[in-house]
Amino acid sequence: MERAVERDIVHTKELIVNMGPQHPATHGVLRLVLEVEGERIVKCTPYVGYLHRGIEKLSENLPYVSVLPLTDRMDYLASMVNNIGYCVAIEKLLGIQVPERAKFIRTMMAEMSRICSHLVWIATHALDIGAMTVFLYAFRDREVFLDLFEMVTGARLTVSYPRIGGVRCDVNNEFLDKLYNFIDKFPKHVEEYEVLIDRNRVWLRRTRNVGVITAEEAINMGLTGPTLRGSGVYYDVRKFFPYDAYDRVDFEVPLGKNGDVYDRYRCRMLEFRQSARIIKQCIEKLPEGPILAEEALKIRMPTAAVKIDKKDIEVALYIEDKSIEEFVQKYPEVYASVEAPKGELGFYVVCDGTAKPYRLRLRAPSFVHAGALPKLCEGGLVADVIANIGTIDLVLGECDR
Amino acid sequence: MECKEIINTIKDNFPEQILWITLFRGDCSITIKRDKAKQILKFLKENETLNFDYLIDVTAVDYKDIRQPRFNVVYHLMSVKHRHRIRIKVEVPEEDCWVETVSDLWATANWHERECFDMFGIQFKGHPDLRRILLPEDWEGYPLRKDYPVQSDLGEKEWKPFKEIIESVKE
Repeated sequence: MERAVERDIVHTKELIVNMGPQHPATHGVLRLVLEVEGERIVKCTPYVGYLHRGIEKLSENLPYVSVLPLTDRMDYLASMVNNIGYCVAIEKLLGIQVPERAKFIRTMMAEMSRICSHLVWIATHALDIGAMTVFLYAFRDREVFLDLFEMVTGARLTVSYPRIGGVRCDVNNEFLDKLYNFIDKFPKHVEEYEVLIDRNRVWLRRTRNVGVITAEEAINMGLTGPTLRGSGVYYDVRKFFPYDAYDRVDFEVPLGKNGDVYDRYRCRMLEFRQSARIIKQCIEKLPEGPILAEEALKIRMPTAAVKIDKKDIEVALYIEDKSIEEFVQKYPEVYASVEAPKGELGFYVVCDGTAKPYRLRLRAPSFVHAGALPKLCEGGLVADVIANIGTIDLVLGECDR
Repeated sequence: MECKEIINTIKDNFPEQILWITLFRGDCSITIKRDKAKQILKFLKENETLNFDYLIDVTAVDYKDIRQPRFNVVYHLMSVKHRHRIRIKVEVPEEDCWVETVSDLWATANWHERECFDMFGIQFKGHPDLRRILLPEDWEGYPLRKDYPVQSDLGEKEWKPFKEIIESVKE
């Protein structure tokens, strides 16, 4: 309060405004402490951790198979991608080859999940800025995808569908037909949302040249996903380090130019269409065959939380004809990442030869993006904070883990 | 660039700093000494042929009773231009628990290092704002250390506000 600013006649003082953790526009329990001078933001300090459940610590004390449902609880809007990411990491660690059919099913499911997550994003982001109608349209379409998830997995949000080495159950023709029919007309639905906001004057004023971030800054701050690509940086895990069937489907990576809220919005809108394209190709190319790798069956389900003896270890960890001692001497640790709807979701697994991961590190995109909030907000208006929170697509469950 | 070329470039420039190198499932991992860790990371970022401009992640691993020194701080680096990844590990002993911060090289390291401090108690020298991030400010202990219990059997050591809540319910 000592730093009173003298400006012409009116005297202004810096004020400290607390936003959140219970605020409709913070998409969960995010708290921002804003130092404002009139309408301008001088300093922004995010506080996270309200949803911290210690998933990393919990997973150190669970068998590899049992960690899977925990990953659902990270990004609950796209739980399928979290599951797939974990499975990809453990498969890389154990050297399991996933059957082709499972790979295509996973790719298809991951893209459905991406569409679901982006639908919630466009709905809430537009609602925050003041465009109410998009919300209703987006949730109408999301319902279809959730029903489709339910058809195959039995769950709508926390699916736990992929398994280490494949997927849990096969998809049937009824599901594929329904999905194909809907995906066929989905790009038209996307146009419906665009008609509502794309050339809307209020929307343009609220999003253009707001929260600008240059390509160098975006790389330096470790942004990923559409948040990074809005600044025109070509980086997509699906293209750079392909996993599952992404190297066999044809798709483009949409890029922005100016790195503002509007460009990031455009990127995600174009991703809707690319995801639809990938799903279509997956259904057309879906090969016949098994859906779970043979090795995967040798991974034992947990019986009880007891000390595991040597014999169990070898069953728990199937490793290409090598003894467990040899394997552990190589200091097995892998890093694998997938392109989640929010950005790069990384899993760093350290193995010590027992049935439980010695260390599981989850590199959550939302955590990194929340760290970039001060850079986006400082110097802008208070009202633009809302637009900035929306544009980085935060999910606090993933951020706090 | 291939893993071997990356390793050779680092070897040529810092021959005495490398402790060991592992290649596993295509992941290249280099363990280095702490003294010149920051110089090596800076070199990796600024060298034209390597160009590791993107820091994916900073974390730590606790090797209690398995290896000496106890902690490893792990950096995952990537180059957007050349499309390669590498893992750098820095050994940190328990008694003298610090590494130099890299938040001035990559802004993203700021929060990652805070989390690492929060969970492992590793000090990052020169960090602009080293506070707890996920846990409350008055939390005691470092949860991801191997000697920290999983279940809440801390008894008297329990977090103070939590004890107060429990006691108020009893009444």
